[in-house]
Amino acid sequence: MPDNHQSEPPKPSRRSFLLTTGSTAAAGVVGAYLPAGANNPVERNDSSAAATSELNVEGTVPILLRINGKDHQLRVDPRTTLLDCLRETVDLTGTKKGCDHGQCGACTVHVNGRRVLSCLNFAVMHDGEEITTIEGLGTPEAMHPMQEAFYTHDAYQCGYCTSGQIMSAVALLKEPCGPDDAAVKELMSGNICRCGAYANIVAAIQQVRNRA
Amino acid sequence: MHTFEFIRPTDQAGAIATAAQSKTAQQGADVRFLGGGTTLIDLMKLNVETPARLVDINRLPLDKIEETSDGGLSIGATVRNSDLAHYAKVQREYSVLSQAILQGASAQIRNMATTAGNLLQRTRCVYFRDTAMACNKREPGSGCPAITGHNRTLAILGASEHCIATNPSDMCVALAALEATVHIQGPKGSREVAFGDFHLLPGDTPHRETVLEPGDLITHVTLPPPIAGSKQVYLKLRDRASYEFALASAAVVLTIESGKITRARIALGGVGTKPWRSPEAEAALTGKPASEETFRQAAEAALRHAKPQSENKFKIELAKRCVMHAVRVATTS
Repeated sequence: MPDNHQSEPPKPSRRSFLLTTGSTAAAGVVGAYLPAGANNPVERNDSSAAATSELNVEGTVPILLRINGKDHQLRVDPRTTLLDCLRETVDLTGTKKGCDHGQCGACTVHVNGRRVLSCLNFAVMHDGEEITTIEGLGTPEAMHPMQEAFYTHDAYQCGYCTSGQIMSAVALLKEPCGPDDAAVKELMSGNICRCGAYANIVAAIQQVRNRA
Repeated sequence: MHTFEFIRPTDQAGAIATAAQSKTAQQGADVRFLGGGTTLIDLMKLNVETPARLVDINRLPLDKIEETSDGGLSIGATVRNSDLAHYAKVQREYSVLSQAILQGASAQIRNMATTAGNLLQRTRCVYFRDTAMACNKREPGSGCPAITGHNRTLAILGASEHCIATNPSDMCVALAALEATVHIQGPKGSREVAFGDFHLLPGDTPHRETVLEPGDLITHVTLPPPIAGSKQVYLKLRDRASYEFALASAAVVLTIESGKITRARIALGGVGTKPWRSPEAEAALTGKPASEETFRQAAEAALRHAKPQSENKFKIELAKRCVMHAVRVATTS
């Protein structure tokens, strides 16, 4: 993200601080989900069966998700949305939860190369499939051209919708889309920005499209 | 969300056998087929839908678009809305369908939503979606607060004293105008249902929305051969320019020869309790010159039996103008 581009993130991070201080209070609430970090990424042929079986919570099912090019063998409650699985189980928190009802687009990720809303999918539906999140697009040191363009065009204010906007924008590059701004706006209408950074978002996308 | 068992059947027969154990295929079904999830998972989060078992049909071989032997098109149940909208033959020969799909939802949702799922899309009536409220569709006999409440977006055609919920689909409006056929495989065999007969009017059983019985699986939808030289338009009017349900929409498929309309198929969206085919508007157009007077008569005929609710009288005029303009564009394109 742009901030990290210029300076190192503080240690401990805000997220790890919140997770530590909030864990006791949250313990009773998150029963339906496995705690973050409980399912560490494992290679497909890694024999971590013992570690996995310890986490064989009643009602959970085993799945394999290939996330950002890495295999993750997980056990999830069937109710776990792909969004919650990514954030809470795999600890990839770049994908954001906005409305959780398919109305805002903040949770947009790619499944098998196509953009979808991770809040309206169960993780079990994607067993064996390829998931790409914002973390898989680029790094602060080597940003995806779309991330670079959002940074250059200041295509955000609070940043909460940004990962969903960028995931949508990257997918749009491969979709049928007319050349003008109106076509881009139409195809980006599923991503809401409460700060109203739309003009700069469209400019960023058009810059990447015109360079390609 | 209530717990459920997630089942991924290896074949169609297994899917049907599991679903056949449900008490109903309508509101309150304890077994549901899972397609794109865009309606069902949303409603499960709201506890409006509480299935005990979900049968994931996404990996069954129901995702093909194929030409039929008579030159029509067969669209598999799990074909994604975006794939259907961008399919070359659909864009070329059934463009009203492509237009309707692309004016619905968002790019992400169109990538997820399936053909059969779109047929089974549920109403966006706020009372249906809120389990704290009464709703005859969700809980038969509990009442319809929409009739005296917030009903600006609800139905003006096909409503009953028990339910005034609007069918929200755009795709289905185009399918109605294209005279599609729904193909169903059930525990007792397969059958075909004309599109106009698939959705039910609410009457005094608003919890029954379609003809589906337990175990019935929509396998595909077929379109008749394209009508040569037909003009096709889908016009959608809404509160926002994009990513919004219709206040009124019109699907038009017509042919015109020397200034005279020789054949017309008209369906309306956003105004009816089901995708609303209008034989009255079709009759008012057929054999008539393509003139403003003809368009006006078709619009009047389509809305003749409209009954407004307390907040949506404007929809009658809006729907009339929608029909008029859609036909106007079709005849001049």
